Amino acid sequence: MLVDTIVAISTPIGEGAIGIIRMSGPEAFHIIDQIFVSPTHTPLKNRVLTYGHIIEDHQVIDEVMVVKMHAPSTYTCEDVVEINCHGGIIPLREILSRIQRKGARMAERGEFTQRAFLNGRIDLTQAESVMDLISAKTKKGFDIALNQLEGHLSKRVKQARMDMMALMAFIEVGIDYPEEDIEDISYEEISDRLSQVEVFLSGLLENAENGRILREGLKTAIVGKPNVGKSSLMNALLKDARAIVTEIAGTTRDLIEEFMNIGGIPIKLVDTAGIRDTEDVVEKIGVERSKIAFNEADLIIFMLNAAEALSEEDLLIMDLVKDKHAIVIVNKTDLEQKIDYSKIEMLLHDKRIIRTSIERDTGISDVEKAISEMVLTQQVGVSENEIISNSRHIHLLEAALKNVKDAKKATQTRLPYDFIEVDIKDAILNLGKITGESVESDLLNSIFSNFCLGK
Amino acid sequence: MVRTYDAGNYDCIVVGAGHAGCEAALASARMGVKTLVLSINLDSIAMMPCNPSIGGTGKGHLVKEIDALGGEMGLNIDRSFLQSKMLNSSKGPAVHSLRAQADKNKYHTEMKRVMENTEHLHVKQAEVSQIVIEDGKLKGVITQTGSYYKSNVIVLATGTYLGSTIFIGDALIQSGPNGLAASYDLVKDLKKHDIELRRFKTGTPARIDGRTLNYDEMEIQWGDKAYELFSFMNDHVELDEMPCWLTYTNQETHDVILNNLDRSGLFTGTIEGTGPRYCPSIETKLLRFTDKPRHQLFIEPEGRDTNEMYVQGMSTSMSEDVQLAFMRTIPGLRNCEIMRPAYAIEYDCINPLDLSLSLEFKEIEGLFSAGQFNGTSGYEEAAAQGLIAGINAALKVKGQSPFILDRSEAYIGVLIDDLVTKGTDEPYRMMTSRSEYRLLLRQDNADLRLTQKGYDIGLVKDSRYSKFTRKLQMIEEELMRVSKVTLKATDLNPIFEAMGIPVVTQGFKIIDLLKRPEIFYKHLESIDVNRPSDLTIDVIKQVEVSLKYEGYIKKQLQQVEKFKSLEEKKLPEGIDYSSIDGLRLEARQKLDAIKPTSIGQASRISGVSPADISVLLVYIEQFRRRGN
Repeated sequence: MLVDTIVAISTPIGEGAIGIIRMSGPEAFHIIDQIFVSPTHTPLKNRVLTYGHIIEDHQVIDEVMVVKMHAPSTYTCEDVVEINCHGGIIPLREILSRIQRKGARMAERGEFTQRAFLNGRIDLTQAESVMDLISAKTKKGFDIALNQLEGHLSKRVKQARMDMMALMAFIEVGIDYPEEDIEDISYEEISDRLSQVEVFLSGLLENAENGRILREGLKTAIVGKPNVGKSSLMNALLKDARAIVTEIAGTTRDLIEEFMNIGGIPIKLVDTAGIRDTEDVVEKIGVERSKIAFNEADLIIFMLNAAEALSEEDLLIMDLVKDKHAIVIVNKTDLEQKIDYSKIEMLLHDKRIIRTSIERDTGISDVEKAISEMVLTQQVGVSENEIISNSRHIHLLEAALKNVKDAKKATQTRLPYDFIEVDIKDAILNLGKITGESVESDLLNSIFSNFCLGK
Repeated sequence: MVRTYDAGNYDCIVVGAGHAGCEAALASARMGVKTLVLSINLDSIAMMPCNPSIGGTGKGHLVKEIDALGGEMGLNIDRSFLQSKMLNSSKGPAVHSLRAQADKNKYHTEMKRVMENTEHLHVKQAEVSQIVIEDGKLKGVITQTGSYYKSNVIVLATGTYLGSTIFIGDALIQSGPNGLAASYDLVKDLKKHDIELRRFKTGTPARIDGRTLNYDEMEIQWGDKAYELFSFMNDHVELDEMPCWLTYTNQETHDVILNNLDRSGLFTGTIEGTGPRYCPSIETKLLRFTDKPRHQLFIEPEGRDTNEMYVQGMSTSMSEDVQLAFMRTIPGLRNCEIMRPAYAIEYDCINPLDLSLSLEFKEIEGLFSAGQFNGTSGYEEAAAQGLIAGINAALKVKGQSPFILDRSEAYIGVLIDDLVTKGTDEPYRMMTSRSEYRLLLRQDNADLRLTQKGYDIGLVKDSRYSKFTRKLQMIEEELMRVSKVTLKATDLNPIFEAMGIPVVTQGFKIIDLLKRPEIFYKHLESIDVNRPSDLTIDVIKQVEVSLKYEGYIKKQLQQVEKFKSLEEKKLPEGIDYSSIDGLRLEARQKLDAIKPTSIGQASRISGVSPADISVLLVYIEQFRRRGN
């Protein structure tokens, strides 16, 4: 536990101009040498800030200043590297995941200080605060990772793990029960099963590379009755015209998801079909999904039409919105005002209310500001943890994929089963770190429930 | 109330002389400690109440380790086996597992003879009814007949005798295994000392009369022609082999069983103990795996001087008439006569979480326990614990620190760590898959891993030690030789052609040839002309394995290094976990109950999270600095 190399973003995530990534441990220098290039090819010197680029496949990821500090005269008393890069979330995240792929592990909360203490650098009172930090995290639930995985991704990782577990049970039962009336699994079958998992994991990772996982941002749902301008707002925020906008109420029949970056904060914006009772079957599906999106959202943007009096439907939605983190937008202020503002203020007294005319392009920057303020004042969002756990997941998926490939290679060279199993077990371990499951008890359960054994 | 009398002082008393008790008593006595071993019946010393075999997957590893440390089980089975087989020989060296059929009576008499002739060891027949503890100090044991044997160190190895009940159909008999007397007084006494007891269950199949079998209907099963032995001390033993027989159940058998489920003790609700998943009864197997058309049975001789045959795979708690009826549907068994019926047995055992890694009770100093009493199953698991308990009892007497093997050193270490750290909800059986460093913990290198340690504690004697050091030296010399000697292409190519390997244009060092997966020593025999003539199979195996699987072995060694760094971080005794705020409640409770000795052990406790471990790391550093 104390021999690996850890990494973390050391500056607050938000709109800072500069972000700092810190890495500590025996591999820190080795890792930075693999990802950092100075244009003059100046080698990094102890305690000298050096200009250069973080690169991946000869492509520049970011322009940075790097300093390395030799143990023991560092904060943690270990070899430390600090990378000063641009402050947005994207460069920080990219560099972080690059470092993890080279073998560093995401630091736990308070871990740099913990190391400083364990290596004899800081005193007892400071250590108390480290304990508090760790325990605060502990009490919050030590495995936030799983919660943050989107349901379908988690399911897929579990599936891959179960497939590997079943394969391992097959191999183990042959090893631990060689005389039972069970045919040994063949090399061909092992190889086939491994190939399936390999394809599966590669697919997951490809999606991750495309940003499906990384771009998990703050889940923001736009709600409001039909034709209030939800899709228009989304388009305005996106500044393109992806969502279909018509004058007919109920055009947005399905969820439309878009990812965007508002003030450095990744946002996943969901435009919902109106929440209302409908007879139209196709739309009904959309409405059901809207309700789910509504419940899962970190932030709700609730839209009202200024040109109409509050309808029963509006009041219904208001009631739902009341207990959520929400911003209220009163749109169509360019038309004749029929809405009762005082009633809105009374019913949603703790919510921010913004007047807009998307048609005339007024008030949209206020919406953007309100969103980023809510995140930065920490009223909503868990973005820091999400980014961290996501890149940790990618790292683990990559490790698991390598294990699967190694196992396949061992299968092809016809190594004995107990050697193939070593890599299979590692793959299960790595996938288990994502889903929070351990190997042994599962394996025995799998063996005893699937095979008939006994004296 | 029986009047007690002073029956003498001993340094160590072992209660029970089954597989655990024998190893415990021998280890203690061989380490120079005056030891008394008490058995309910001296004719049941090292009795095998279940299968007539020693070894098997995982278990074979344990026997080799016991032998490497100076225990008796390996030597004793080598004196009494009927045939022997290397299981998994087609798989990798890590999972090769030796299993030998035993002559049960010979195994017993040989072990009894060794025990009776061991210096410092006193063998007596007696049933212990009380453990004497005065003012929290262990004082000795009192037997049913009133003998008070005094000792401050005691090893309990009571097996399945404690409060046991036998089930055959609806018959329920208060009895120990195999019709031997069970022990009920001791149960009451243990409860008096606040030792938590649990109820486990196991079972054994019927023994049938070998004269009533039709061998033409069964498949003969011989052992290996070139059989290996268990003990590193034995190079060769003459053997007059006896065969086993293979047959199968069929639909008719299954019908008889399924039509008589109400005659099984398992389903009538009388059995409450937890049985092992890996030894289900035939009725359980039929109900759980309904699509399996047949189940295999091995018919195994119980010994040379008996006609009794063990029906492996036929464990049941059906009533006797049903047993006979369904066995007579099986080819080879159609006219069989039962000599001893199958039975299920329920017995009291402790919760192993109450023990420390030395197998001493955490709450009662000097009291050790081993074997089935600790919640395990199997002769080999029992013997392994017995050996460690005996060693630690002797070390206690000598005032030395305990002998503990960790998970990276031996299957014995895995076994004990699992028991005292994770506990068990069913009789625990060793399996190779329980070991995370399986490639390192092989049968073939048990001596390389453990014999030095056995010598250091005084259990391994000079004869074994000098044989061991000679082997070490030969391995080293041979590794040196193969790294220097080059074999010419002209010599190699005929061999390669015969093997279907592409020919080469230049010579190769032997070391590089052996690294290739398909080339072994035997292939090079004719051209490796300077090979030392006294090279043993053991030495060749070590050289081959270490070269061929170098990459994997290195990887596991690195994992072991990480593992060791956490094992070496010791947790001070007497930590009040409930006062450490940073720990989650579940972790506090678990740590308080289990009292791990190291951070590594703590990390294996279920319910202790990585964050809890971080908190503990900081805590022990604080503790250390305050101490200074």
